[in-house]
Amino acid sequence: MEIRNPSPAGNSRPGRRWVNLLLGTGVVASIASFIYPAIRYMLPPVVGEPLSRSVVAAKVGELRRNSGKVFKFGSKPALLVRTADDEFRAFSAVCTHLNCTVQYREDLRQIWCACHNGLYDLTGRNISGPPPRPLENFQVHIQGEDVVVRRGA
Amino acid sequence: MHSLSRRILPWLDQRCGAGALEEFLRRKTVPIHRHSLWYYFGGMTLFLFVVQVLTGILLLLYYQPTPEDAFESVQYIVTQVRFGWLIRSVHSWSANLLVFTAFVHMFSVYFLKAYRKPRELTWISGMLLFFVVLGFGFSGYLLPWNTLAFFATKVGTEMAGAVPFVGKWFLIFLRGGEEVTGATLTRFFGFHVAVLPGLATVLLAMHLLLVQHLGMSLPPSLERAIAEGRQPARSMPFFPNFLLRDIMGWYAALGVLGALAAVFPWELGTKADPFAAAPAGIRPEWYFLFMFQTLKLLPAKVFFLEGEFAGLLGFSLAAAVWVAVPFLDYRAGFGRVTRFFTGLGVFALGFILVMSALALR
Repeated sequence: MEIRNPSPAGNSRPGRRWVNLLLGTGVVASIASFIYPAIRYMLPPVVGEPLSRSVVAAKVGELRRNSGKVFKFGSKPALLVRTADDEFRAFSAVCTHLNCTVQYREDLRQIWCACHNGLYDLTGRNISGPPPRPLENFQVHIQGEDVVVRRGA
Repeated sequence: MHSLSRRILPWLDQRCGAGALEEFLRRKTVPIHRHSLWYYFGGMTLFLFVVQVLTGILLLLYYQPTPEDAFESVQYIVTQVRFGWLIRSVHSWSANLLVFTAFVHMFSVYFLKAYRKPRELTWISGMLLFFVVLGFGFSGYLLPWNTLAFFATKVGTEMAGAVPFVGKWFLIFLRGGEEVTGATLTRFFGFHVAVLPGLATVLLAMHLLLVQHLGMSLPPSLERAIAEGRQPARSMPFFPNFLLRDIMGWYAALGVLGALAAVFPWELGTKADPFAAAPAGIRPEWYFLFMFQTLKLLPAKVFFLEGEFAGLLGFSLAAAVWVAVPFLDYRAGFGRVTRFFTGLGVFALGFILVMSALALR
């Protein structure tokens, strides 16, 4: 494409070139100064998440053997499982595939994500379907009647 | 009546050049041939869009976009407000029919090669409108704040997060934070009732102006036959002949919408609980099913890529090729039909149909 310069002589003068450069830089800088706050505004401030290191997930008598329960751990869901061998285990309930909330499948004795049919075993390992990584493991302690879940150190 | 219009039209003509519009309407014609049926789907999509705008405004009178009240306000609309069930169901049904007619319109334009020179920009503005329509569907789906919508939004926005480099920011921008919360609902409401309608209005104006400027496209084979004098060019006036047929179709569509809303009222489901497991049998709206099924079938690793990323990459590339097709298939501009691009269309349509069917199994 041919670009015609209306005044070839005018632009070649060093003075004019300087004026154009300064004006151009000024305009670009001012536009950037308008856009930057708008972009920052669109991204919400990071909320200092209360670092909940432990939570009472359930009462001991609440869960049958071979069953599970989703509970709130900080701002995210977590899964407490009482295995058929009467062992308590806890995991993050956030599927590592696409963020759905997983559940314990009593019939399979495994952890299942309903969204895309992902399966994890009872150590949290991804064993079938699309999940790319295992579920995060939490520590479980029994304190009296309470099942307390702790984030690993 | 006649004398009134004879007095009003000159009055308008002197003030805003309305005569040009009359002149334009008198000259505009629509070709008649065995594929003429497909010309109606653009207008039908436009009509359903108008239905969406009107019913959407009505829903705004009662809807409340907060996680505490959203579900209850929709429940209130469908149970307490007189004809609320009708308005809400028509909005949902019309949205789905709109996506369907947009699909039909898009594929008919594709197979009839109507995207070819000089209609590249018409195709691109149409594709952008199509993405806006999908955006409307995705953002509107969350607004009742029910379980299905909650998880669909989690998955959909998580996919956006898989975009390299800017994915994380994009995810936070969409969700209004790290998680799908009330902040997400507020944003999606804003997209649904302000951002997307604005975009749609501008794109629609461009699309329609281009269609009027360039006139209706003829299928390449017919264009050749007419040019070589093997076939006469038949056409009908747009006004009133074609428009009246359009209106008959729209009238029928209104009837269908009312019947669907009355016989199959749109379900509301259960209120979203961010701390409950995703329910079994969860799946997105039908027009996202093919992507959903693909994601389900992709293993955790595709070569060295993570499955979800490979899927996203594949769909993005396919979309890019699809949008750019007028330039890739530039030979169609010279009236030459390339089998490859027809085959590509058949493959895309087949893929969408097969994957959707698998998801419904």
